[in-house]
Amino acid sequence: MTSASQLELPSELQQELQSVVLLRLGDRRFAIAANQISELVAPSRIFRFPHRSSNVEGVILRRGRIVPVCEVAERLLGKRILDRRFYLIALRRYASQSEWIALPVTGECELINAEITAPGEDDAPHVSGWISHDGNVIEVLNVVALTTPQPSNDEARS
Amino acid sequence: MRLAPRPKPAALKSEQIILFRVGGALFAISSASVQEVKSVDSLAGAAAEIKNSGIKKVRHALERDDQTLFVVNGTMHFSLPLTPGTLVFILYETRTALLIDRIEKMTSMTHLQALPSAFSGPERLWYRGLTALDQTVVPVVSPDGFLTADELFLLDAAVAEKSALQNAAANALTPQGEPAK
Repeated sequence: MTSASQLELPSELQQELQSVVLLRLGDRRFAIAANQISELVAPSRIFRFPHRSSNVEGVILRRGRIVPVCEVAERLLGKRILDRRFYLIALRRYASQSEWIALPVTGECELINAEITAPGEDDAPHVSGWISHDGNVIEVLNVVALTTPQPSNDEARS
Repeated sequence: MRLAPRPKPAALKSEQIILFRVGGALFAISSASVQEVKSVDSLAGAAAEIKNSGIKKVRHALERDDQTLFVVNGTMHFSLPLTPGTLVFILYETRTALLIDRIEKMTSMTHLQALPSAFSGPERLWYRGLTALDQTVVPVVSPDGFLTADELFLLDAAVAEKSALQNAAANALTPQGEPAK
């Protein structure tokens, strides 16, 4: 018997179903690989203190841990969303370790299996692929790129 | 995958802290870092004004034990709404005297969590970490985080310049060749 890998199938046929979590932000849906997601939690009190990390709103307490809340709507939708219903707790990799972050979302999330298509050259860095679901094409998000602070206009010019 | 509960430290070591407010915000500092707490009024005659250092959060310096301490306005350091400071923390092993609104209370913490890596700005220097107290999260300030080496250099230069101008004025002669008063 010949295995699939021995047949050297074209890449589009080698795609396998992967678990992704569908999330809603405003009127748009996005996906994140399920293995990067811990849980969906109801809004809890957000604690704020002085800092200069523009993409961090504050922190929440979750199971004895202090988890930073990372604002992503502005990058994905071009505007902040005040109406939020849940926090999606995701694993974010840093240089030497991984840490949990909380992503505010505006609707319930859904776990599905889907084929992920690789991103195109013109896609933004926060797009790690695409899935097709319910007749919609949905961005699969790269959590690292999405939550890496963007240089300010001044920094970018210099 | 579920968020695993935080692993319990082998031995909980309690650390005495002072909770204090600056610009309405709550902070903590290790009580072992605070050498002395003084009222602003008690420093009125001892503090020398510093101008033109370029460091807006420092307006005064104190001479203490043969070294110059710089009074850092906590509200300006943290970019908080300006409030009239009433107390000054003299911090051990730094050249910082921190102007604060008031002391909330003294308590102890048993766990200090490192500042999450999502925080990538100067706050990484400002804070030793975060602690949860009574279902509230409080940043624990680092005594070394109020003045950078570059800021200290500029402040020392401003103090030296002021001292030189004062000496020059003291040694200046009148047109008649007499020492100026």
